[in-house]
Amino acid sequence: MKVAMTVNGTLESHDVEARTLLVDYLRNVVGLTGTNIGCDTTSCGACTVLLNGQSVKSCTVLAAQAAGDDITTIEGLALEDGRLNPVQQAFQECHGLQCGYCTPGMVMAITSLLTENPHPTEEDVRVGLEGNLCRCTGYHNIVASALAASGVVEMHQ
Amino acid sequence: MSILGNRVVRREDPKFLTVGGTYVADLDLPGSVYLTFVRSSMAHAKLLSVDTSGAKAMPGVVAVYTNDDLGIARMPTIMGMTNEAMTQPMLASGTVRYVGEPIVAIVAESREIAADALEAVVVEYEPLTVVIDPAEARKDNDLLFPDAGTNTTFTLDFGGDEALFDDCEVVVELTLINQRVAPCPMEGRSAAAHMTKDGRLEFNSATQAPHGVRDGLAGFLGLEPDKVHVVTPDVGGGFGAKASVYPEDIVVGWCAVHLGRPVRWTETRSESMLGLGHGRAQLQHVRMGGTRGGVISAYRIDVLQDCGAYPAFGAVLPFMTRVMTSGPYKIPKAEFGSVSVVTNSTPTTAYRGAGRPEATAAIERTMDVFAREIEMDPAELRRRNLIGKDEFPYTTPTETVYDVGDYHQALELALEVAGYDELRAKQARRRASGDPIQIGIGLSCYVEITNGLPDGEFGAVEVRPDGKIIVRTGTSPHGQGHVTAWSMLVAEQMGVPIEDIEVIYGDTDVVPRGAGTMGSRSLQIGGAAVNQAAVDVVEKAKDLAADLFEADREDIVLDKSNASFHVIGTPAVSKSWGELAKAAVAKDGNPLFAEVDLASPGPTFPFGTHISVVEVDVETGKVTLLRHIAVDDAGRILNPLLAEGQVHGGIAQGVAQALLEEVVYDPDGNPLTSTFADYSFISAAELPSFETRFTETPTPINALGAKGIGESGTIGSTPALHNAVCDAVAHLGVRHVDMPTTPIRVWNAINDAAPHHDAKNTTKKGGR
Repeated sequence: MKVAMTVNGTLESHDVEARTLLVDYLRNVVGLTGTNIGCDTTSCGACTVLLNGQSVKSCTVLAAQAAGDDITTIEGLALEDGRLNPVQQAFQECHGLQCGYCTPGMVMAITSLLTENPHPTEEDVRVGLEGNLCRCTGYHNIVASALAASGVVEMHQ
Repeated sequence: MSILGNRVVRREDPKFLTVGGTYVADLDLPGSVYLTFVRSSMAHAKLLSVDTSGAKAMPGVVAVYTNDDLGIARMPTIMGMTNEAMTQPMLASGTVRYVGEPIVAIVAESREIAADALEAVVVEYEPLTVVIDPAEARKDNDLLFPDAGTNTTFTLDFGGDEALFDDCEVVVELTLINQRVAPCPMEGRSAAAHMTKDGRLEFNSATQAPHGVRDGLAGFLGLEPDKVHVVTPDVGGGFGAKASVYPEDIVVGWCAVHLGRPVRWTETRSESMLGLGHGRAQLQHVRMGGTRGGVISAYRIDVLQDCGAYPAFGAVLPFMTRVMTSGPYKIPKAEFGSVSVVTNSTPTTAYRGAGRPEATAAIERTMDVFAREIEMDPAELRRRNLIGKDEFPYTTPTETVYDVGDYHQALELALEVAGYDELRAKQARRRASGDPIQIGIGLSCYVEITNGLPDGEFGAVEVRPDGKIIVRTGTSPHGQGHVTAWSMLVAEQMGVPIEDIEVIYGDTDVVPRGAGTMGSRSLQIGGAAVNQAAVDVVEKAKDLAADLFEADREDIVLDKSNASFHVIGTPAVSKSWGELAKAAVAKDGNPLFAEVDLASPGPTFPFGTHISVVEVDVETGKVTLLRHIAVDDAGRILNPLLAEGQVHGGIAQGVAQALLEEVVYDPDGNPLTSTFADYSFISAAELPSFETRFTETPTPINALGAKGIGESGTIGSTPALHNAVCDAVAHLGVRHVDMPTTPIRVWNAINDAAPHHDAKNTTKKGGR
């Protein structure tokens, strides 16, 4: 079936099998491999992307369901001049990543969280990230990154 | 000013944050076929028949293989120490011994076709008696390997003094379960292989040890090592479980050789939970004896290690447990015994700490039980028994030699940061008030061994004519930040900005040798090798500069403030690194280059004290971790930002084991925790931010003064949290709660204790 959607500002249109998941569409058809697959039960959030500005686990959305929608992946986050956006920058400054595998999903989830709640408490961040798993950081510096980026994100929007 | 010791942010990060890493599954390999495995659904069964005809007939299926088709040797014993009759075939042969064991390999044009073809393979099983409890396995009533005549694969016996506890006023005894857990790197196992035009096997692997994978592939496939090229792209975590070669890796390589097409394999999470090695899995029986005044004089631990179905590294974990038997304490007599047995479960392997967390959990939990027995504060009992800072090098009763430490300093700092006395006072008030939310405070003093294996490490530094520095290292980082850390070492020695340094790793063609990254070894041996290579290249540059300046060699100085060499007293005339690199090439055609194979100077022994503070709802059994204080000493700290990151991750994994994570099988050997929906992987919502501090007691063993930091967090945190939970309900008559301290376990422990205990009296009496 034919599916068309906007990915990181570019209109994409492809023939896919009806059973194609959005994450497989992004990785294998569009060729954006920044979004990772970490589980097969919608538990880990490694595949989190923004769908019309809201975070979704792209392993739990069919490509066909996203037809006509606006998708943002980690590849679409940096500022126009290529500089890191405030969330990305906070991750580097706070050492919010180690192996990097959960990172794209974490960054997208935090971007969505800060859009909904620009000034979260630590508790808000922790509860908000419950669906995104990380094995390296103990979440300490991911939470610190989110808090460091809060407010700043609002300023840049 | 020195760059060492500074919070330098990672050079690795921008790529991960803008386009994501490049993991094996991200590689673009045109014309690839996809490998999948039919895995056993039975824990122990005879394979009566395996019918692959349906799968073979499916369009898009390229090949279907059983073990007989491969003709590859079985996996070897572990370091020659495990039973020779218990090795694993590449694919199950005749008998399956755990759920998830690979039986058939299917190669197809797409992952989707491969997944469909799996369903078309018909396996007929004849069930055999399942042995899932290691205590049952040890009895040898039912054997996994009848030819072996036993389920025991490896034993250790250190001691045997029948009078060990005879002169003790107090002896406590405890049976502890150090439960099986799943390492869960966010990226599972993954490999992609193809034959190059010049007839070599190129193998991309999500591994911690690329050279080990190269040698493994070469050995199993009958290739010369130089015909195998292993590359690690970015690797999404390992935690010990990706340090060894798995049968699936070998089958990927075999298929690439035999099919002549690129072959890829990326396991699903559900496969990973069954196929990637599990960790811990020890049953421990512990006895500790001493005086009523709190002097510990005798200790013995007996370990029953569950190896899973085929002895892998897990079988020899007791070796590392033995090394750390008596922990940070001055115990005159300590003994260790272990028996490693096979069961019908996923093979166990190294998992962050690998044998040392188990040793620490045993002695630290027992210290608390002993303290309670003699009615002494657990901090005071530890204080009285820690090895003093003037007693190093210290040889333990199990013949381990600790290099250096100041264990009391770490304990006192942790108590101070925690506000220990106030916490105890608060606990006493809660107990007195009968509040359903009780407070628990748990301590853990640990010492552990890092760089415990005898391997040395390769490091090289090359200066290019454009002044750029190329560093090559035999370590294989997968999140640890070696690019940043090794750049700092080289920048310090050579005076060049870290931006001018490129660090290359994980490519067996470019890095000739390497043992990889595991066992908290990297900085102290791999970093030290790179550091030495940088020192050596400075010396070579001085030789060249002396020639160019026609000056005395001893008069040449490196001005690190502008990365150039001059003759002492005449800084105006200087030569840059690039100019000297050109001079080197002009002289004899060789680059300005130094490489080092640093022999291991032996292990080091990081130590510290962790304190957990928990709330326990005694009406529901629910535990909430309020605070975790970690004081760790890994010798000299190169980059506190990276070191803290290692500690944070370690704490989360260690806490997870004490709090909620556990791999569970039913009595028939069916795994009940084989997805992330079932396995209680710890999340941000269950953890607080951590309070970390370092003390720095440099080791004399290496030039950097560095010990390992990769596993300390895991080792220190588990017993601290475990003790905190037990402490929170101790006044209710609970002596011990097994890990993980889930609400049901805690609630049961409280209720089991209640009939024998007058809760009201104890509550009134208050805490300590």
